[in-house]
Amino acid sequence: MPRSLPGRPRGSWIGRLLSTRRRHPLAAIAVLVALMFTCGGAYAALAPSTSQNVQAASSTQIDEGRQLFAVGCASCHGLNGEGQINDDGEVLGPSLIGVGAASVDFQVGTGRMPLAAPSAQAERKPPAYDQDQIDALAAFVASLAPGPDIPDAEYLDTSAGDVARGGELFRTNCSQCHNTTGQGGALTNGQFAPALTGVEPRHIYEAMLTGPQAMPVFTDETITPEEKRDIIAFLESVQDEPDPGGLGIGRAGPVAEGLWAWLVGIGLLIGMATWIVTRSSKA
Amino acid sequence: MSTIVNGAGKVVDFVDQRITASNWLKRNIRKVFPDHWSFLLGEIALFSFILILLSGVFLTFWFKPSMAHIAYEGAYVPMRGVGMSEAYASTLELSFEVRGGLLMRQVHHWGALVFLAAMSAHMLRIFFTGAFRKPREINWLIGVTLLVLGVAAGFTGYSLPDDLLSGTGLRIIEGGMLAIPIVGTYLSSFLFGGEYPGDDIVARLYPLHILLIPGLIIALVTAHLMILWYQKHTHWGGPGKTNHNVAGAPFFPIYVAKAGGFQFIVMGVIVLLAATIQINPVWLWGPYDPSVVSAGTQPDWYVGFLDGALRVMPPWEFYIFDRPITMSVLIPAVILPGLILTPLALYPWLEQKATGDTREHHVLDRPRNVPVRTGIGVAFIVFYILLWIAGGNDFFATILEIPVNWITWSIRIGIFALPPLAFWLTKRICLGLERRDRDKVMHGRETGIVMVSPDGEFSELHAPLSQADAYQLTWHERQLPSDPGPATDANGIPNPNYRAKRVQAKLSRFYFGDVVQKPTREEVEAAHHNGHHDAVEAGHRDEITSGQQ
Amino acid sequence: MSANNEHNSGHGESEEIARREPDEVAAVGDPIADPGLHHNDERLTDVDPKAGRRAERQVAGMFTLASLLMVGFIVAYVAIGIHPDDPENGVDIGNVQVSNLALGLTLGLALLLVGAGAVQWARSLMTSPEVVHERHELRSDDETRQATLDDWNTGVEETGFGRRKMIRNSLLGALALLPLPAVLLLRDMGPNTGGTPAERKEHTIWAEGVRILTDVTFMPIRAADLEVGSLVNAMPATFEELPEHGPERINERAKSPVMLVRMLPDEIHVAEGRENWHVDGILAYSKICTHVGCPISLYEQTTHHMLCPCHQSTFDLADNGKVIFGPATRSLPQLPIAVDDEGYLIAQSDFTEPVGPSYWERTR
Repeated sequence: MPRSLPGRPRGSWIGRLLSTRRRHPLAAIAVLVALMFTCGGAYAALAPSTSQNVQAASSTQIDEGRQLFAVGCASCHGLNGEGQINDDGEVLGPSLIGVGAASVDFQVGTGRMPLAAPSAQAERKPPAYDQDQIDALAAFVASLAPGPDIPDAEYLDTSAGDVARGGELFRTNCSQCHNTTGQGGALTNGQFAPALTGVEPRHIYEAMLTGPQAMPVFTDETITPEEKRDIIAFLESVQDEPDPGGLGIGRAGPVAEGLWAWLVGIGLLIGMATWIVTRSSKA
Repeated sequence: MSTIVNGAGKVVDFVDQRITASNWLKRNIRKVFPDHWSFLLGEIALFSFILILLSGVFLTFWFKPSMAHIAYEGAYVPMRGVGMSEAYASTLELSFEVRGGLLMRQVHHWGALVFLAAMSAHMLRIFFTGAFRKPREINWLIGVTLLVLGVAAGFTGYSLPDDLLSGTGLRIIEGGMLAIPIVGTYLSSFLFGGEYPGDDIVARLYPLHILLIPGLIIALVTAHLMILWYQKHTHWGGPGKTNHNVAGAPFFPIYVAKAGGFQFIVMGVIVLLAATIQINPVWLWGPYDPSVVSAGTQPDWYVGFLDGALRVMPPWEFYIFDRPITMSVLIPAVILPGLILTPLALYPWLEQKATGDTREHHVLDRPRNVPVRTGIGVAFIVFYILLWIAGGNDFFATILEIPVNWITWSIRIGIFALPPLAFWLTKRICLGLERRDRDKVMHGRETGIVMVSPDGEFSELHAPLSQADAYQLTWHERQLPSDPGPATDANGIPNPNYRAKRVQAKLSRFYFGDVVQKPTREEVEAAHHNGHHDAVEAGHRDEITSGQQ
Repeated sequence: MSANNEHNSGHGESEEIARREPDEVAAVGDPIADPGLHHNDERLTDVDPKAGRRAERQVAGMFTLASLLMVGFIVAYVAIGIHPDDPENGVDIGNVQVSNLALGLTLGLALLLVGAGAVQWARSLMTSPEVVHERHELRSDDETRQATLDDWNTGVEETGFGRRKMIRNSLLGALALLPLPAVLLLRDMGPNTGGTPAERKEHTIWAEGVRILTDVTFMPIRAADLEVGSLVNAMPATFEELPEHGPERINERAKSPVMLVRMLPDEIHVAEGRENWHVDGILAYSKICTHVGCPISLYEQTTHHMLCPCHQSTFDLADNGKVIFGPATRSLPQLPIAVDDEGYLIAQSDFTEPVGPSYWERTR
């Protein structure tokens, strides 16, 4: 049974959808979906098969991708994505044979690639390419060898997701690194699990599917596409949910709470105490 | 014949005719309470405790201390259908289906954090001002016990909602218990009713949390206040304020109005915290499942130092007769609390041993005037804060964007290096402040006006202090290290107590050997006689010559 | 240094003074004589009736505002409902947020104003003379102490406690035994069946041929379902057979969860005797940390490190779960796995050692 939160501000995520994906080949469909949403929801009419047709890459797209790749990626990953190792045996860029379009869409779409500078971990930043270019790059890399494809829109439609089951799956499989509210957390030696707030559903899906950087892979066989959709629905629900108790203070738990109790609680009360022990102004 | 009474007097009259209340009231209704902000820290603790009791009673009307497994069908939609315990479900009910329920939960939790913080701050105040000295050692002990009980109350309460965070906390407690040699597995088995986590623990912690521990706290707070009342509050020294009197406002009406008002202010501040800042949103953590954990799992702040100690321990385990002794758990979970609490509880006697001082003290010490004690206190605070940071090392690693392993290693080293450094630094600062006080008394205060003498020498004009100001800096006792006396008396017979006396003298030297003494009357007179200008100049020249050597 | 010289100068005399009560010292005037209590200056409200009236209005204003806020609290309680019209819909969190804020602000400010009003009243309007009370030594005088001691001794004498040794010793014996029934009564807090606590720790519900299922969804797993770099949080198939109610399920969730990871077979350093414990690079490890038992599955596929979020113990899953950082002292137990006839992953046996933290009965 699909569950969704009543009173969840739908407008905001539709807004995000529109602003960040308007150049995507699916943009027209997305706008249509959005319209159907706002008009009161005949979204069941969405045919999943349409999206697959759109994803079938044309050869011109692959060619465009090859050119972009040669300029922006080949210095580390090699002209044909075979990867490069320098003379010291250090991996400049891993092989991209078989990583699939999903991996490219995630890495480039979240701005992690191209790398700004070598570091413990690539960080999320504004993407260097527009969506058409990312699609071309993805098409090129996908043409090298079969690999995980960009997810179907069907599995990104979080309104069909089961938030409660998504929560259970998230707490079992994801919260150990990303925290129960998706705030992220520390890993070993300066690596970290990033916060999941504000990440596009598609990118979350692609991350589970491809296991970027230190993150392990959660294949579609062990966590099915429907379950991945549930997880994303849960994350959206948590993210959109207001904090009923007031300021969320990062939803980070006891350390932040302890700091507030000391700095604000005790601080304010000591301030009051200094006022109490004085007498009113002298004549 | 009874006096003519009306209004409140009628009540007094009624009570007096039955239990002679006037006799006691007459002596106490105008009891003196000195005013200082730091004297109100204990009041914050007391008043937040009262608020915790009130909000806690409210919570018990809905909370179900049961671990029976149910599928949630309550009002919080994102959890519908999820399996959980009744305890967790009833916490959700309190949060989402009872008007004001969330507010009271948050009041209760913020109140608990403030309660423990206030108790700790109060205890530090007592320590740094020497208010634990004779005759207040009993109240010090009661205070230490109250702090332990407060932590126990907090931890049992933290564990009740049976959410992911609290369950993980209990798991760590279980792991700590298992490390105890010989009886570990049995302790755990009796506490949890068999294997961990079982379905008993919430029902067992509940009576401890709502009955036994608060009952003990109330009893001990009563004793604490009665002793305080009987002994009269300490006060700061100053003009007219001595070891034989107490100066301040009368209990009724000033103190009643101020303390009564402060009660409401403390409640108001905590309720405002609860209104505006979310605390322990258990619906976000999820129900407890022993196979699940969240990144950033930490205990409430008052247990943080123990968790931090668990985090920074290197792996250390050895075997005795093929049985494991897991020091990496035993030290932080079992030995460390004892190592902290024992010296803390015994400190009044330890210091008495060192100073050999068995007199009554009702005038507080300025922390600078007892540099060694102040240094010990600051070293302890540094030690504690380091462990507390270790308890949130992943949190700090995330917000500071540095590797968590670095933090762990820095604390492993810092825990040995920084407290002694803090001790040394604090002592130096205290001595510096003492020296400044001494200079002020002898030469007056610096005016910032620079004079040039006819032969071109620069000096600063000093203004003499008023008698009250000078007294303010010199009312403390002169503290000299004790002298063990000769090893043998005049007849050459060895003093049987000499060895003990020498140890005592050594400790006393540790405490008071470096203290910068306030000037003697002769010194002050001499300084004033020479005129402060000359005196400064002389001091100045001394510095120059010593600098050249 | 200079300090030492300075107090050496008048050492004999000042030491003598130091041994005196500080009050005497102050009376002597060492170094400054006690100028006596400084009486508080009059307040504006004491001398200026206008200021007094203003303060009065201020205090009364605070109390009145507090009353209004409490009315506001009642209004907020009644007006801001959190109960949905249709229980099917569940609660609107936004309403709870508004309710919490409105109730808390009105109540909190009301309390604050009552308190502030009372304090302000005391600060500005109540006449507040500085009162000085004498302290008396807490110790009773010698006469009273002697009398008390005598009374006590008389009482002791009257009981004959010291003389009647048999009574005394038998009473002490009885009292000494009193805690035993009290402690023994707690015995049944622990279970009476199922062996010793340590024995219960030795086994999980894993056994030969038990299928490994994905957690939460309980689906069997084929080796081909895992690619290199994969992580699966898993439970034994026997878990589903456990009774729905009672502690068995949650207890097994505290012992039996495993994680499956897959790495390239040549990346694995296989310990002796564990050669056939993995299936083409798929390894199964206990999720229960050997430090104090937090469930862990913070797996870094690039480094093969497994981190515990509670105390940062780090295990190398490519090297038999060896501890490489943090306080844990034991390697993570590995579950030997195989593939059944239908191609699904199964356990070869139970864990070969107890999972979770060290305990006394656990031998090397």
